Amino acid sequence: MKPAPFDFLRAETLPEALDSLAEAGDEGRVIAGGQSFVPMLAMRLARPAVLVDIMGIAELRGLDRGRGALRVGAGVRQAELASWPDLAETLPLVAAALPYVGHVQTRSRGTVCGSLAHADPSAELPLCLIALGGEVHLRSRKGRRSISAQDFFLGMMATAVAPGEMIEAVSFPLKKKGEGYAFREIARRHGDYAVVACAAVATTTGVRLAVGGVADTPQMRPMPLPGSVDLDDALNDFAWALNSREDLHATARYRRELVRQLGRATIEEAVRCRD
Amino acid sequence: MTANPPASGWTGRSVARVEDAALLTGRGRYMDDLPIAAGTLHAAILRSPHAHAIIRRIDTAKALALPGVTCVLTAEDVCRLSRAMTVGVKADVEAWPIAVERVRYVGEPVAVIVAIDRYVAEDAADLIEVDYETLPAVVDPRAAAEAGAPVLHPSLGGNVINERLFRYGDPEAAFAAAPRRVAVTIDYPRNSGTPIETYGVVAAYDPSDDSYDVTANFQGPFSIHAVVARALNVPGNRMRLRTPLDSGGSFGIKQGVFPYMILLALAARVANRPVKWIEDRLEHLAASVSATNRVTTLAAAVEADGRITALDWDQLEDCGAHLRAPEPATLYRMHGNMTGAYAIRNVAIRNRVVLTNKTPTGLNRGFGGPQMYFALERLMQRIAIELGLDPLDVIRRNLVPAGSFPYRTATGALLDSGDYQAAMARAVLDGGLADLLERQRKARAEGRLYGIGYTAAVEPSVSNMGYITAVLSPAARRKAGPKNGAQATATIGIDPLGAVTVKVASVPQGQGHRTVLAQVVADVLGLKLDAVRVIADVDTGRDAWSIASGNYSSRFAPAVAGAAKLAADRIAEKLKRVAAGQLNVPAEEVELADGRARARANPDNAVSFARVAAAAHWAPGTLPDDVDQTIRETVFWTPEQLIAPDDEDAVNSSLCHGFIFDYCGVEVDRVTGAVRIDRYVTMHDCGRILHPGMVEGQVTGGFAHAVGAALLEEYAYGPDGSFLSGTLADYLIPTVMEVPEPVILHYESPSPFTPLGAKGVGEGNCMSTPVCLANAVADACGFDEVTLPLVPARIADRLAGEERPSREAPAKAAGAEARPGERKLTGEGSAVVAASRQAVWDMLLDPKTLEAVIPGAHGVRKISPTHFLADVTLGVGPVKGRYRAEIELSDLQEPEAVTLSGGTDGALGFGRGSGRITLTEEAPGQTTVRYVYEAAIGGKVASVGGRLLDGAARVVIGQFFKSLAAHAGGKPASAGLLARLRTLLARRQ
Repeated sequence: MKPAPFDFLRAETLPEALDSLAEAGDEGRVIAGGQSFVPMLAMRLARPAVLVDIMGIAELRGLDRGRGALRVGAGVRQAELASWPDLAETLPLVAAALPYVGHVQTRSRGTVCGSLAHADPSAELPLCLIALGGEVHLRSRKGRRSISAQDFFLGMMATAVAPGEMIEAVSFPLKKKGEGYAFREIARRHGDYAVVACAAVATTTGVRLAVGGVADTPQMRPMPLPGSVDLDDALNDFAWALNSREDLHATARYRRELVRQLGRATIEEAVRCRD
Repeated sequence: MTANPPASGWTGRSVARVEDAALLTGRGRYMDDLPIAAGTLHAAILRSPHAHAIIRRIDTAKALALPGVTCVLTAEDVCRLSRAMTVGVKADVEAWPIAVERVRYVGEPVAVIVAIDRYVAEDAADLIEVDYETLPAVVDPRAAAEAGAPVLHPSLGGNVINERLFRYGDPEAAFAAAPRRVAVTIDYPRNSGTPIETYGVVAAYDPSDDSYDVTANFQGPFSIHAVVARALNVPGNRMRLRTPLDSGGSFGIKQGVFPYMILLALAARVANRPVKWIEDRLEHLAASVSATNRVTTLAAAVEADGRITALDWDQLEDCGAHLRAPEPATLYRMHGNMTGAYAIRNVAIRNRVVLTNKTPTGLNRGFGGPQMYFALERLMQRIAIELGLDPLDVIRRNLVPAGSFPYRTATGALLDSGDYQAAMARAVLDGGLADLLERQRKARAEGRLYGIGYTAAVEPSVSNMGYITAVLSPAARRKAGPKNGAQATATIGIDPLGAVTVKVASVPQGQGHRTVLAQVVADVLGLKLDAVRVIADVDTGRDAWSIASGNYSSRFAPAVAGAAKLAADRIAEKLKRVAAGQLNVPAEEVELADGRARARANPDNAVSFARVAAAAHWAPGTLPDDVDQTIRETVFWTPEQLIAPDDEDAVNSSLCHGFIFDYCGVEVDRVTGAVRIDRYVTMHDCGRILHPGMVEGQVTGGFAHAVGAALLEEYAYGPDGSFLSGTLADYLIPTVMEVPEPVILHYESPSPFTPLGAKGVGEGNCMSTPVCLANAVADACGFDEVTLPLVPARIADRLAGEERPSREAPAKAAGAEARPGERKLTGEGSAVVAASRQAVWDMLLDPKTLEAVIPGAHGVRKISPTHFLADVTLGVGPVKGRYRAEIELSDLQEPEAVTLSGGTDGALGFGRGSGRITLTEEAPGQTTVRYVYEAAIGGKVASVGGRLLDGAARVVIGQFFKSLAAHAGGKPASAGLLARLRTLLARRQ
């Protein structure tokens, strides 16, 4: 369990990182916290020719509260976001989900954007980004582009990041007045990959439910408010439409049932939390 | 029996552990920490991706050509330089530490690469080409035992390698006479102890005297030393085995390192340099050892009041692909205890050992107990339910009567001591059973699923080295000569300044050897605890050891500490005689206390311990005539009760027998199926307690292991033998979050058979707890049968009624749902192509098409018009592997349909699949390409990628067919996924 040979660059500046990534093309890969990627390297599942470490780039380490969104730089660790003082007030969904992201040890190293780039179907942060309708900011030598969460996740561990490109930051929309948020997850053990994770956002007019761990990417649907007879039907439809994965830990049927039950509980909680 | 009087000396007190300061400050000296000789090389092991295959050819040329590679060992070298490993049964099979001619489990070593470092060795492993001819695999023990099953060892003719029938008393008559017969059938899964520290070996070979020097984190039994020396074809004195000072956990598992000791010793010989190998986690999970999985049918003849008059056991033991020493010991370790804690006089046993395409099994905490008690104690619950009795009454009425110890069980064990009824009564009272029953009543009144489970068990310790010969018929045993006993050794040395050193041939794995032995010896010699230093690593070249040496079968406290006590007694007697002369009193009047030898009647008449002890060094001429020396005493102790199995097959399999009575309350969540342990009470009678804190630790640790076995852990295999739990994300071990603190109670009945009255205690909960939790869950959910592990999804699916159907047809992505455990992937799709059917057909048969549509193809070679070879890079996201691909076209129905079948092989694993492509010309110049495929994936990606594999494979296969359609000018038939795939493809161009 040792990585195959690769070149390693600890970039000091963003242009330096972008140049290396541009040269490496498809053979290049960004490494930040490395909590998912290093095991893949060690098992030789991933064999990049060039690894670009971006944790030395000062401008990527920032948390910026801007117009209606929190911009989290690619070098921000999950633990740093979790300890951001305004998190619970401005991003209650992310605050609720972060404790489920791995373990305290992995959160101390793992980055927020790294979790998005890895695009594990069970990961909590991609789910939150989808639920909140956030944006991912990409950067390459050619320039910048921003892409919506819906368009960012293309499939299991597949994202819209092109060769030579890297995530520069992610924007999580801040809580709006009158909205409520809830996050719930079922995993085999605390800190394990979610069997099913649900994130709900209740607005003044409706509620939307995002589900992770079931399909190849987190999926979101608008849902009727609790109390309407339609909610059961809508949850059932959603549960079936996700075309659930099946693995050692859960059957497809189990996942569907959790979408119905956990989904309802999450929606109800989000609605209750509206202020 | 009463509790011991309060301890007056060190023994019996929870003194601070001598080991902890080093272990807690990072100064532990584990296998990988030990210094190695300059010039030591490093090994990597190439392992089989297949569960069953013939090895047609191994090409090591590219690996050998890699700079930094010294040599590559294959079966050819191993067979030339060593002999097959001794197998414990009489059968025409050979067991080797490397695959010879065929592979029989995923992870079986195929080649050992020795290089300048591990990185280069693994680079070289990727360059070895092995040509496999895959064979059907058999994973399920029942299927393997049937006629017509794929046979692992053709020389054996079948897979059942051993079968024995036993009969004690008159079981047939008892069954005929009994009013009721109650039976259970259980499948006990495969699990393991999963130490944090994996296997490690450093081996050297000295050609000048044909000797091997091996350091390994081996735990014993050292009978295995004989297996290794014989395999290496050297006398035992040319196979020096050393073990590290500290262990990062073993739980039995480290016994299984021995085939690697052979393999690395041979690698060192071929390389002509010392070679080091540290097993990685994937290697450990896939290919170290595990406990056996077992299928058991157990029937009881039962009286109306629940008393059992006979048991009928049918055990089918799955030992994996090879029977490795000491297997099939897992099946026989409990042989004397097949009636558990009960007085049942009539017993029939049918034992079969079967081989399957899974990793060979070995020692694991509980060793045979978990499997056996799962059947017996599930049966006890079923008897209570079927007869409408209180389960406690059923247990109580069958317990071995108080006052009948030592008690000879029907199958031959001599239960040393105990009062099971009294221990149980105290557990019921002190553990608060009444309160638990009240909690259950309340929970059920609220409609919650709350259950209570009970278990009574006898926990054997100090194995009789002869029990395994029960696998042989009495006639075969007579021929082979008797085997019995459990030699324990301890040496006490006193240096010229009077400092005391204790040396035992055991191997620490968390039992606190250095603390407990210091307690015991300091008490005998009247010294402070820190005056006694304990050396706990083993060197077979220098130490006193024997076949029973090592740390297993919970023998440390009863046997090893006992031997140290005897050695201390012996040296103390001599010291007293020396002191008698110096103090001018008779030897029997001398006592050793407070660091001095003193006259019992006049403590002021005293001389320092050091002065008495130093006499043998500095003035041997002053020693009394009846004292030869006081410098060193070595004691060998084997209990007389451990006789060889007799001609009636009575087997006293262990020396000591603790008693356990457990009960617990659990609540099951109706929706999630999660099991919450509300309270767990475990009563232990482990004889005299030497260190209460460490007994607590052993019980808690055993309990944690058992919670893992009950709720989380399973070595999972696909039906094709692919190994599916190769990471700790799929093989789930309990953490502190999942393990509640049990209520631990004690009842002390000292063993009359051990020097200190102690019995083993470390394994009991691995035996009692899994079934206790299962009984509670069965009670909570009303299940007749339960299978471990109690995966929430399985429980929830059973509890749920009919699932609410979909109102709309389920959306079909590229693939259909995979079935659980199935690695077969299926999928279908279609695309419309703006070309005539014939044009599309022609394109399909053009190698240029294949080159263009196979994702990451580096070059397609046409072998025949319908047969192509290619090098391809396949993957999802960052996961990428290079593979050799072979593609064949068959069933050609020009221009309508063709079957495309292919396979890929690479370092990450293999894939096999086929797809049927049909072309329909919907309109002139417009053809619909439809495809249906089926694929199977195995090897490393299947072992580590379990959770994501199916989805990832679907993406890769989808890529192929989509790009086939795209290449032909097709438009995807639907958007969504295809759009995403196109983006994926675009990234590759």
